[in-house]
Amino acid sequence: MEFLSYLISGISLGSVYAIIALGYTMVYGIAKMLNFAHGDVIMVGGYISFCGMMYLGLNGWLALLLAMAVCTVLGIIVEGLAYRPLRQATSLAVLITAIGVSYLLQNTALLVWGATPKVYQPLIPLANADGQPNALRLFGGQLSISYMSLLTMAACIIIMVGLTMFTSNSKMGKAMRACSEDKDAARLMGINVNTTISVTFAIGSALAAVAGVLLCSFNPTLMPTTGSMPGIRAFTAAVFGGIGSIPGAFLGGLLIGVIEAMAKAYISTQLANSVVFAVLIVVLLVRPAGLLGKYVPEKV
Amino acid sequence: MKNLKPHTKHNIVTFAGLALVWIIVSVMRGQGVLGRSTTGLLVPICCYVVMALSLNLTVGIMGELSLGHAGFMGIGAFSGIIASQSLLNIIPSVPLRLITAMLVGAIFAGIFGFLIGIPVLRLRGDYLAIVTLAFGEIIKELITCLLVGVDEHGLHMIFNYRGLKNVDDLGLSPTGQVIIKGAQGATGTQPIASFTAGMLLIMVTLFIILNLIYSRTGRAIMAIRDNRIAAESVGIDITKHKMIAFVMSAAMAGAAGALYGLNYSNLVAAKFDFNTSILVLVFVVLGGLGNMRGSIIAAVLLYVLPEALRGMHDYRMLIYAIVLIVVMLTTNSPVARNLFSRWFRFGKKGEEDA
Amino acid sequence: MSQQKSRLNIKMVPVQSHAIVPDRDADKSPILECHHLGIDFGGLTAVNNFNLMIGRTEIAGLIGPNGAGKTTVFNMLTKVYQPTRGSILLDGRDTSKLSTAQVSRLGIARTFQNIRLFKDLTVLDNVLVGLHDEMDYRLPSAIFRLPDFWRGERIARERARELLSIFDMQDMADAKAGSLPYGAQRRLEIVRALATNPSLLLLDEPAAGMNPSETSELMDNIVKIRDLFHIAIMLIEHDMNLVMGICEGICVLNFGEVIAKGTPDEIKSNPVVIEAYLGKKDKKEEA
Repeated sequence: MEFLSYLISGISLGSVYAIIALGYTMVYGIAKMLNFAHGDVIMVGGYISFCGMMYLGLNGWLALLLAMAVCTVLGIIVEGLAYRPLRQATSLAVLITAIGVSYLLQNTALLVWGATPKVYQPLIPLANADGQPNALRLFGGQLSISYMSLLTMAACIIIMVGLTMFTSNSKMGKAMRACSEDKDAARLMGINVNTTISVTFAIGSALAAVAGVLLCSFNPTLMPTTGSMPGIRAFTAAVFGGIGSIPGAFLGGLLIGVIEAMAKAYISTQLANSVVFAVLIVVLLVRPAGLLGKYVPEKV
Repeated sequence: MKNLKPHTKHNIVTFAGLALVWIIVSVMRGQGVLGRSTTGLLVPICCYVVMALSLNLTVGIMGELSLGHAGFMGIGAFSGIIASQSLLNIIPSVPLRLITAMLVGAIFAGIFGFLIGIPVLRLRGDYLAIVTLAFGEIIKELITCLLVGVDEHGLHMIFNYRGLKNVDDLGLSPTGQVIIKGAQGATGTQPIASFTAGMLLIMVTLFIILNLIYSRTGRAIMAIRDNRIAAESVGIDITKHKMIAFVMSAAMAGAAGALYGLNYSNLVAAKFDFNTSILVLVFVVLGGLGNMRGSIIAAVLLYVLPEALRGMHDYRMLIYAIVLIVVMLTTNSPVARNLFSRWFRFGKKGEEDA
Repeated sequence: MSQQKSRLNIKMVPVQSHAIVPDRDADKSPILECHHLGIDFGGLTAVNNFNLMIGRTEIAGLIGPNGAGKTTVFNMLTKVYQPTRGSILLDGRDTSKLSTAQVSRLGIARTFQNIRLFKDLTVLDNVLVGLHDEMDYRLPSAIFRLPDFWRGERIARERARELLSIFDMQDMADAKAGSLPYGAQRRLEIVRALATNPSLLLLDEPAAGMNPSETSELMDNIVKIRDLFHIAIMLIEHDMNLVMGICEGICVLNFGEVIAKGTPDEIKSNPVVIEAYLGKKDKKEEA
């Protein structure tokens, strides 16, 4: 029973990572860049929804929509101003620019919202009015799953399925896949590469906003650096599953979440990160392109 | 030897510049022109210059992105501190002890570089980058779990991975001294680092790297960077040469870490995290890949910039971020580069080879 | 024994004009033997049952339509791809357990269809990388600039300039390899390959992108290299004038199988080749 509850907390944490990793992987797949600022978009999403609830009196769901809208715009602006001019530059130049954007977002947040952590209201209160935990009880109350966890898992699955259908069926989704294979060929086929990349960033950023709200609902302290570590974890998850692959990001996110929860429970709280990273290293040694990634050998 | 001449000339100018800076700074210090806060920056600047030089060997010369360079610095720092503190009575001479500590730091970081290199160097591109990041974080966490003390019986060490033990479990005799207290890091270290040692370390590092680059080994490493398959087809052993570059880079970072660690009486492992690795990477990229002189200049300027902006409090990192983005855009975007080259002849920096 | 480590040991084996003949006398030991060589890519057989012998100073041609598996053969010979079946013997020694780098040290050098130079290194440095094993100083000597470093570098640099002079490229020594014009890049690849002191040189479409006068200069140079270095040369080429002009033996590949072997005249008149490769008879001089 104890094991099951650790597993469930791992899966719900992993679902959040998976949502972030999906955004990461889509951006990587199409723009071939490590967007280190992705984690900070999560933080912005958290703050916007916080402000929506605190100052505009919106309810949690409307605040989520507001955060998604703001982050979408933010993603498009960042892509257009910082990354688009560097389309022909080396990947390292783009990486450093992304790091610059990350610093910029963090420090802007620091100026606007201050360094003191904000206490975040979860989307579904963890306890109801009588102080009872807001959770689904199984096995005669031995195992309880909070509704927040259920919501997160559901959100993750819906997003994964939605994205898979979007990329495989819709016109824009096909354009995205074409651009990620070969931008020049896609351009020759009449696909507007810049628009496609913008849309990808928009979707990725909207997902980051969702992840921000979910993350803050579990871990209700919100700071300008809130997004960094989950960002790195999600990046790890995306690589774990095979960067560029949507099911890979989903699987990688879940596994990273579960491994982290299990490591904390059974090995060492202090070394939880190390265990996650060690598993990643082992997986990459066995499968150099991640669990579901395609290894493309260089043509000679 | 006609061909060595342009390089040699370039390198002599670099060394002469370093010597000049050394003299000027020493004179200014002697005259009391530099304030206390500026003097305090001298050793860290030297350490970061060495970090940038050594990372440039991995990123610029070997051509692989490493996001965990601070991990080697951390290994060097803590092994250097342990060496220095446990040799307090055995080697009373401070310069000698400092050199020993830096050597110990370099050796330990080099050993870890080798062990980490075995799995890492089999991977390519972004996968290699994420694994170096992973190792950097693992090193940081492992150091956080260390409890180390010394007494007349020698070193006592506990790997406190469940967080259940404390310094009393080290079993030190009453005269013993605790060197590393887990998450609190190294405390009570005797700070023996000096600016002189820093400048010497920079020069030694630069000397080694430049002589490596202009040799058969260096050419082989750069050949692998430019075209792995072609390098293999002319008989270059890929793993061996990548390993040489990676281990040397790690060892130099270790020496820099030892110097850094011995500059403070208290030091936590969290200092050597991902952000520090990124900081050094920024120095390398802005200084120009493979351009050692550029790395030195970028490390100094970019380390001093946030300190110089200290008066602006909350805005300083914001300004830093904006400077970073603007510099990257102006040096890398074709539109901006054309615009700038008309005024300044910009963008030449990166093309110069070391 | 192998001639690869010493330049003084000049290869004395005379040119053999009928070298690609399966049943030749065993005592004229060929430099390269392939027996039943084959490779599969995920169930797809790219090359199958490839048998070939090349004499010590022969110029051999490997031809065939696009996608026939010619470059794959080169990649197997140099161990860029590990063959699924069969064996490769270089100078009588089995290469099956060797890596690309080891095969190179054993004496196979190559150029690439899509040029693979060390773009950011100078022309001279590209050749010096090829001479890597000719220099015997070790890393500490390099770092402390000991006498054996200077001696090794001096000899290697002289040798590199000498090799560049084969193609009159010594004046370009300090230019970046990536900045050279196309034809010069192809020539530099050949020089770099020669620097490794091979006993077999593989040229993958050396005349690609060259005009007729450059091609005829290249033909002279290939023969010159063979005569100068006394090595075997095997080339993949679509330019039939070049192939028929300088190759002493030709092997024709189609769909991964050898369909014909013989002298240029035999190949020209072979009905199977004409049907499979050259198409109609009256177009045989084109490719």
